[in-house]
Amino acid sequence: MTSLTLELTAPPMPRIDLSALTPDRLAGRSADAIRRLPLWVGNEEATLGDLFTVTAGDTDDILIRCDSDRLDGIGTGMSRGAIRVEGRAGAYLGRQQRGGTISVSGDTGPFAGSGMTGGGIEIGGNAGDFLGAAIPGERRGMRGGRIQVRGNAGDRIGDHQRRGLILIGGDAGDYCGSRLVAGTIVVLGRTGANLGFAMRRGTLLLTSQPRLPPTFNPNGTQEPGFLALLTRDLAGLGGPFGQLQARGTRVHRWLGDLGYGGQGEVLVWA
Amino acid sequence: MIRNGIAIDDTFAEAFGMTAARLIVTAINPRWARIAGETMTGFATSVIGCGAEAGIESALAPEATPDGRPGVSVLLFAVSGKELEKQVERRVGQCVLTCPSTACFSGMEGEKPVPLGKNLRYFGDGFQIAKRIGGRRYWRVPVMDGEFLCEEVTARTSAVGGGNFLVLARGLPQALAACEQAVLAIRRLPRVLLPFPGGIARSGSKVGSKYKALMASTNDAYCPTLRGLVHSSLSEDVGAVLEIVINGLTEADVREATRVGIESICALGAASGVLRISAGNYGGKLGQYHFHLREILADQA
Repeated sequence: MTSLTLELTAPPMPRIDLSALTPDRLAGRSADAIRRLPLWVGNEEATLGDLFTVTAGDTDDILIRCDSDRLDGIGTGMSRGAIRVEGRAGAYLGRQQRGGTISVSGDTGPFAGSGMTGGGIEIGGNAGDFLGAAIPGERRGMRGGRIQVRGNAGDRIGDHQRRGLILIGGDAGDYCGSRLVAGTIVVLGRTGANLGFAMRRGTLLLTSQPRLPPTFNPNGTQEPGFLALLTRDLAGLGGPFGQLQARGTRVHRWLGDLGYGGQGEVLVWA
Repeated sequence: MIRNGIAIDDTFAEAFGMTAARLIVTAINPRWARIAGETMTGFATSVIGCGAEAGIESALAPEATPDGRPGVSVLLFAVSGKELEKQVERRVGQCVLTCPSTACFSGMEGEKPVPLGKNLRYFGDGFQIAKRIGGRRYWRVPVMDGEFLCEEVTARTSAVGGGNFLVLARGLPQALAACEQAVLAIRRLPRVLLPFPGGIARSGSKVGSKYKALMASTNDAYCPTLRGLVHSSLSEDVGAVLEIVINGLTEADVREATRVGIESICALGAASGVLRISAGNYGGKLGQYHFHLREILADQA
């Protein structure tokens, strides 16, 4: 069965909340019913059909074609199925996602994967700030699942992250892993200032030497066995993340943030 | 029924339902993996006195283990889930956690969980770190050679314990040599365990005793030194009897192991000094599983 396809007809001026378009919430609806779904465009109510060309198909496999960064909340709370975005996505991509997969060929806005507890997000381009982070007012960010970014990611990756895995193929912005509670963030490119600021536990796994806050202590060279499990688990992934086994398990290790218990670790492949 | 000059008794082995778990222990090299496996399965011949029956199922190549290091797969059998949990925790805690370079993983999928690192993690005194990788949770416990990596839980499954057969021979050397052959053949099979020393038991037992405190006592009918005194099952020419006890994850595994073991002895022929193959049972009332020797040998035919 072909995908349910939504093609944006014209880039909207205001931001559009697409959180209603998940496999869970569209299940059992006909293409006509989907076209009639209400959407807010600024302060005016419109229908989905006004903005998108809808091609009927499997509601568990949704394809969104758009070249706008104004479509927010794609895949919010989804628990199954797949959403593919050909183009860019706005803010809050996969917010509180519980399962299924979301893939975006281009860039995404801030707060992608915020509060997600399961499933996977793949971002082909760059991710905005606060990837997998908690939104203001929430105490915890990402709590499970896996986010892959082929390009770069912005500041505050994994802020308040509690569990789950974030993979960045390119560079990370400032405050990567700040206030990390637990979980793992892998950055294959360079990292910005104040990496791991106020992290309590969790792992930041890097390929290049970071600029650490002064509240991190060197722990020497270690060979943690879990790295073998992690890289083996990732070996099924395409691209750079599938090649990590070749790096081995020998890492330089720093512990911190000592102002917050110091149970977190920053690992840099030796 | 006579196979290659060796008589097969028309009797059956009686086996019981047990519960079992499989663990994978890895280490820096095969030698230390085996040391850890042998240590954690030491003193585990019979549930009566040891709490568990355990042994190494097979050696594992690095490609076959979760962390890519050489390892062994270990089977543990116990009479109840609760007892199994206790034994797994004690044996891993005392024998694997302590053993240099080891890591411990679940070797079995199943619905009934058995804590592994779940409680052992407290050895880390708050410095332990949990990692969830590929849907499984692992604990990293800091120890003096680095980290003890241990999966949080393993699983248990219902299993069969106490399958057996008796080898009656002209003398002890002949019985032992034949049993060694059978052990070699059976240990090539997966999912089975021969819990006794070297896979062979000499002290087969019967139910009950003249002493009130004892549940079981020596199987006098098969003791050569009691021939003439008790109602013996041994003819004049039998000099020694040895028993191979087989635990397996399923009834079919025990059945297959019994067949393979007996076939390997029969292949030696009467010249080996083996006279008869029999089996131990309690009249068929105690165990859920019956393994009729002649039926099993007919499987292949």
